Amino acid sequence: MTETLEVKELDQVVVRFSGDSGDGMQLAGNIFSTVSATVGNSISTFPDYPADIRAPQGSLTGVSGFQVHIGAGQVYTPGDQCDVLVCMNAAALKTQYRFAKPGAAIIIDTDSFGPKDLAKAEFKTEDYLGEMGIDPDRVIACPLTTMVKDCLAESGMEPKAILKCRNMFALGLVCWLFDRDIDIAFNFLREKFAKKPAIAESNIKVIQAGYDYGHNTHSNVAGVRRIETKEKKPGRYMDITGNKATAYGFIAAAEKAGLKLYLGSYPITPATDVLHELSKHKSLGVTTVQCEDEIAGCASSVGAAFAGALAVTSTSGPGICLKSEAMNLAVILELPLVVLDVQRGGPATGLPTKSEQTDLLQALFGRNGESPMPVMAAMSPTDCFDAAYEASKLALEHMTPVVLLTDAYVANGSGAFKLPNLAEYPAINPPYVPEELKGQWTPYMRAENGTRYWAIPGREGFENITAGIEKDSKTGAISTDPENHQLMTNLRKQKIENIEVPDLEVLGDKDDAELLIVGFGGTYGHLHAAMDEMRAAGRKVAMVHFRYINPLPKNAAEVLCKYPKVVVAEQNTGQLAAWLRMKVDGFCPAQYNEVKGQPFKVADLTAAFEALLEK
Amino acid sequence: MSEFTVNSFKKGQPRWCPGCGDHFFLASFHKALAEIGVAPWNTAVISGIGCSSRLPHYMATYGMNTIHGRAAAIATGAKVANPELSVWQVSGDGDGLAIGGNHFIHANRRNININILLLNNRIYGLTKGQYSPTSPRGFVSKSSPYGTVEDPFRPAELCFGARGHFFARTVATDGPHTVEVLKEAYNHKGTTVTEILQNCVIFNNGTHDDVYDKAGRAKNAIYVRHGEKLVFGENKEFGLVQQGFGLKVVEIGKDGYTLDDVLVHDAHCEDNTLQLKLALMGNGDGFPVALGVIRDVEAPTYDECVSAQIEEVKNKKPYHNFQELLETNDIWEVK
Repeated sequence: MTETLEVKELDQVVVRFSGDSGDGMQLAGNIFSTVSATVGNSISTFPDYPADIRAPQGSLTGVSGFQVHIGAGQVYTPGDQCDVLVCMNAAALKTQYRFAKPGAAIIIDTDSFGPKDLAKAEFKTEDYLGEMGIDPDRVIACPLTTMVKDCLAESGMEPKAILKCRNMFALGLVCWLFDRDIDIAFNFLREKFAKKPAIAESNIKVIQAGYDYGHNTHSNVAGVRRIETKEKKPGRYMDITGNKATAYGFIAAAEKAGLKLYLGSYPITPATDVLHELSKHKSLGVTTVQCEDEIAGCASSVGAAFAGALAVTSTSGPGICLKSEAMNLAVILELPLVVLDVQRGGPATGLPTKSEQTDLLQALFGRNGESPMPVMAAMSPTDCFDAAYEASKLALEHMTPVVLLTDAYVANGSGAFKLPNLAEYPAINPPYVPEELKGQWTPYMRAENGTRYWAIPGREGFENITAGIEKDSKTGAISTDPENHQLMTNLRKQKIENIEVPDLEVLGDKDDAELLIVGFGGTYGHLHAAMDEMRAAGRKVAMVHFRYINPLPKNAAEVLCKYPKVVVAEQNTGQLAAWLRMKVDGFCPAQYNEVKGQPFKVADLTAAFEALLEK
Repeated sequence: MSEFTVNSFKKGQPRWCPGCGDHFFLASFHKALAEIGVAPWNTAVISGIGCSSRLPHYMATYGMNTIHGRAAAIATGAKVANPELSVWQVSGDGDGLAIGGNHFIHANRRNININILLLNNRIYGLTKGQYSPTSPRGFVSKSSPYGTVEDPFRPAELCFGARGHFFARTVATDGPHTVEVLKEAYNHKGTTVTEILQNCVIFNNGTHDDVYDKAGRAKNAIYVRHGEKLVFGENKEFGLVQQGFGLKVVEIGKDGYTLDDVLVHDAHCEDNTLQLKLALMGNGDGFPVALGVIRDVEAPTYDECVSAQIEEVKNKKPYHNFQELLETNDIWEVK
């Protein structure tokens, strides 16, 4: 039979797995992306989960999705809409169908589309496809649950445990659709469940069953598709989420600097995985303290920095509000501290599991007094590693708190991460007070670049008291002298402005673009994909993306003012645009703003940018 | 013998009001540190905000005068990051028990090896005279001109409620006793709370008058020491006995009570019931104010457990640096 199969080659494909929060959609999606990445495809993933822990089974609010984008060439985003939508129940079809492309294949488990399931999903009739306007030819409808039960009937497993394998059947079927090598999935499961081989083998059996089902019923689907790999960057890779990459970046920086890594944190979505990840690695000497509140998370980190650690505190928006006071303390104490803000929808509790870029101005300004602080933003899940490393380096070398912004999309999304070689990373050299200054040293004595020296407790002859109250620039004693306060304010400002950050790199038509697209942080992939599409259609477009937001790259003004039209696209109501207008004389960009809690859609971006060009 | 003297720890000219209890305490603190003998460069004194939180500025150690209420959290981070440091946290009653109440109870619960010095003058001094969380009900102040309508915290009760393992009380003007208690606090592993009763001459003058001078203490205080009889009075003529669920003051030799009936103080008793009763005595209830180490029970400390767990996991896990950590992941090779 196989010889009759039509094998279509595709450049890219987007698959969205959806079901109840407990259906294991993330695991299925992760294995699918790993299987694809292993053969060299480019991958990008995005989990979209509800705020409820376990909403009632089969209900509309309990649906979680996991989207995987695989490509022959580079993919920058998890994809706007999917080519294949897997729906493990009726509620998933109801809520997730809007993420499907017109003409997408829909896989459904008919066993989960009974009258009760349909009622829970608020379908009015039994003709759920008709209600949704779905062409039945596009649907692969199979009694998935029944087949999984049959497959594992003799396994001796509990009925509940058997049902947990449904996700693997869907995975097997999708692997067949895209001609994936399921042996890679088998190996993955055997490693993941190394201590529970029976579970691994059951899952493997179900994947095989799903794959075989696809094979045996091939005449019902549109054809097997294959994604060949076009550009291979040789090397060793792993799949990594943004939060894990962030944690790894901190570990790497602490090791490079020869310092203990301290994390003071309080659980908060979507930043908690950084606390989880770092808590695992005590064998590397990582110290994590789950504090009594966000305030203590930051305050204890200030204490740890004082005592000589690479101190980090991790949180999301509401936590930043609470940490602001202790962040400000680190500003005036001039101690190194990295504050990680995994941005989510706000204000207040807002959209805890969704993504926004709405904390930028808070990071820049959200403290009392003149309180300058470097601000960085990571561009992608894998970039979180470098961003965390660089934020740590900045903090330690310039004796300042640094805000590192990521967001829910970047934090939970994943990409293929080429294993870094720490030996190739730049050294981290904190300004320890030189021994020869003993006897003449005072706590606010500065190195050439304006950074104060660091005297870590334990060193004889450098005992000192620092304080949140203003100090004399020379003696370090409490001072309310007007001239001194002016001087100290200037010194703290200048110190941040002196930090050298890499120049902006213009991508695309850098010499003759008619439109410059400007963004920051986690929207890099979407903006890049939009630019690529427009250029492929013959438009002259360029883009710049800010990783360093304070201080701005030195060439920012020159680049921003070079092109006839500029649009700042961001997931807020115009915060980067406001900052750039404040910093660059005469800069008056167009804006593209969206705060829906979802990643940008490339199609929306290109439509908006085309309209700008037409104006 | 310690190689350090009071001068090894002294710095600057304190700017507290003349007669402020902070002056007395600072002198005792310098003396205690000199006798304890930890080097100034291995000592960190961390405070929040308030009159007493100025104290680190008068120490020749490492130190921080931070933000209001957060000193316990900051001290926690410093101690966990650098367990070699001897960490002292200084707070007033407002800093430690109002804005910093959450950090105070959690430091006690965690039992991190820091020494909390709680300077209690039952008033906000630096903001010029508002009632504090230790001011008695009905207290008249600038922010309660008709008297407060709320009950105060009793620091010992809060400490015990948070599962604290060490609580001591002293009076700022009682130098030798303060030194003795501070040395015991240092010797105790884990969070210690030492409540220092001190006067605010400007905004709450006389608040601790019943025990502030020697004569007052002789009449109104009982010095408690582990293993010693709970006797007090100018001629040690009174004692504490247990009666029912409570304590009772008796005159030794009267009503059939002899010295044998008097309780022996047990600061090491895990059960804190009687220690709490001792700690809550005084303030016009016919009982003397207990001074000294009221509770002193050994328990695992947070910082030691953190370090021990790190060592334990180091021995168990096969990866000990970043490159080895990378190798623990599912890796594929693109050729």
